Amino acid sequence: MTSREATKSDHYAIAWRLPLIVWQGLFFVGPLLFMVAMSFFLVKNYRMEAASQFTNWSRLLSKDFFWDAYFFTLFLAILATIITSVVAFPASYFLAFKASDGARRWAIFFLIIPFFTSYLVRIFAWQVILAQQGVINAGLSFLGLGPWQMLNTQFGTIVGYLVLCLPLAVILQTFSLASIDKRLVEAAHNLGCGRLRTVFTVVVPLAKTGLVVAAVFCFILCFGDFVSPYYLGGSKPPTLSILIIDTSKSGQQWPRAAVVAITMIVTLLAVALAAIGFAYKKRST
Amino acid sequence: MKDDLLLRWILRSYTALVFLFVFAPIVASLVFSFNSDRFPTIPLGSFTTGWYVKAFSNPEVWDAALRSLVVSSVTAILSTAIGFSAAYTDYRYNFTGKTAFVVLALLPPTIPLIIFALAMLGWLSMFNASGMTVSIIIAHTVLCAPFAMAVIRLRLNQMDPNLEPAAWNLGASEWVTMKSVVIPFTLPSIIASLCLTAAVSFDEFAVAWFVSGLNKTIPVVILEILTGNIDPQVNAIGTAVFLVSITLVVIAQMLVMGRAKKPETT
Repeated sequence: MTSREATKSDHYAIAWRLPLIVWQGLFFVGPLLFMVAMSFFLVKNYRMEAASQFTNWSRLLSKDFFWDAYFFTLFLAILATIITSVVAFPASYFLAFKASDGARRWAIFFLIIPFFTSYLVRIFAWQVILAQQGVINAGLSFLGLGPWQMLNTQFGTIVGYLVLCLPLAVILQTFSLASIDKRLVEAAHNLGCGRLRTVFTVVVPLAKTGLVVAAVFCFILCFGDFVSPYYLGGSKPPTLSILIIDTSKSGQQWPRAAVVAITMIVTLLAVALAAIGFAYKKRST
Repeated sequence: MKDDLLLRWILRSYTALVFLFVFAPIVASLVFSFNSDRFPTIPLGSFTTGWYVKAFSNPEVWDAALRSLVVSSVTAILSTAIGFSAAYTDYRYNFTGKTAFVVLALLPPTIPLIIFALAMLGWLSMFNASGMTVSIIIAHTVLCAPFAMAVIRLRLNQMDPNLEPAAWNLGASEWVTMKSVVIPFTLPSIIASLCLTAAVSFDEFAVAWFVSGLNKTIPVVILEILTGNIDPQVNAIGTAVFLVSITLVVIAQMLVMGRAKKPETT
């Protein structure tokens, strides 16, 4: 029925299709393809010239500082993904299984808010909280502990990544846990399966897809973020995103920054595809 | 049973802690913005509105605030229009390459902002179009359109697929049907999308920082203050920014939730 109508007036159908194709083609696909081309350009006298040279690639990929940054970024992102997933899980479990429908709705309502409110200002607040004379160290000294150096450490970076990902992780995990058939969980209990064992042998496998999707989003967000490693982690050593800023902003070396950006996209694609393959893989047992 | 109660209590406290962590920075900004100490700690200093006075007597902040307002309003309208057309296309049509169409529509948020910022800077510079307020609007529209599409697509899900054909059978053209049936039906989601996309644009700093040149928006001003020393002005500006985006997101969510409940009651 609708398909007949669609052929009746092609203008109408095309008119609704075009805005997205034109805009995202011009300003999303275009820039990304251009960035690939840009990675082969040369910079002479602070001006970028079109070229098709592998110089930027070979020069950057042979540098130790690049690979140090690469593996450091990868390490931090993986660590943050694991920590976020583990920290989020009990809360998601509570919201999905123990909270009332109304409470769950409100919880999601409140978790969506920070996701859309200035990450930058929230990180600044944490910078103040974690500082040497900050709130946490003041509390610790009250207990006769500290002061602990939290700012400009990897701990600081991880706190920032949690600020970035935790709300989203709890939302996605809650949705995937809430969609589990509760009778399967009860059946496990009735068959004498302990509570913790039920969580790991019944709940987690059933919600695997959603849990992996949540983890992938965490990984993408952390891998690309520059605010936490810079303002909370002190940029020692720099991550790939900080490398992009340093080379493009201060050095005017856009082509080299493009090389870094492309290696990041390739890594993200590989991780996302592997994870999604894992998430949808049929269980062998 | 006692065991169960204990577990529930532990999980509830844990969830409360998670919420505390998530909302701590928002509350902290608010508290610190009225606190006289340059390096706030416990116990707090005295009450002051000095940071607000300092921040808002800075013409650069006003200039940026005005620009943020313009950028987020125009971005909201453009991205909602694009998102609506994409959502409607996805709702109504099947065509070859539709998967590619949907992927294109939803992909932008998965690209790290800093990478998109660099790509956009290079691309716009090639056309001598970077460093302008328009450059920010163009880039933000790309980033916001997927959110607009998602919100409007959810609402279209609730529209009876026979509604449009009914209007056509009664003699309305497709354009008239769009204007008097589809748009009124999706209006709550259109307003929700306007609010949500405005909030996303209002808070976006990475792409704006790269392509804006000297035309800074509020988040870019904050970013530059941060690069210097700890400056409590940021708390004052930040609290104002939180107020704007929280209001927008709450309105958007109430519109979405308000209509999500309807099908249950009818």
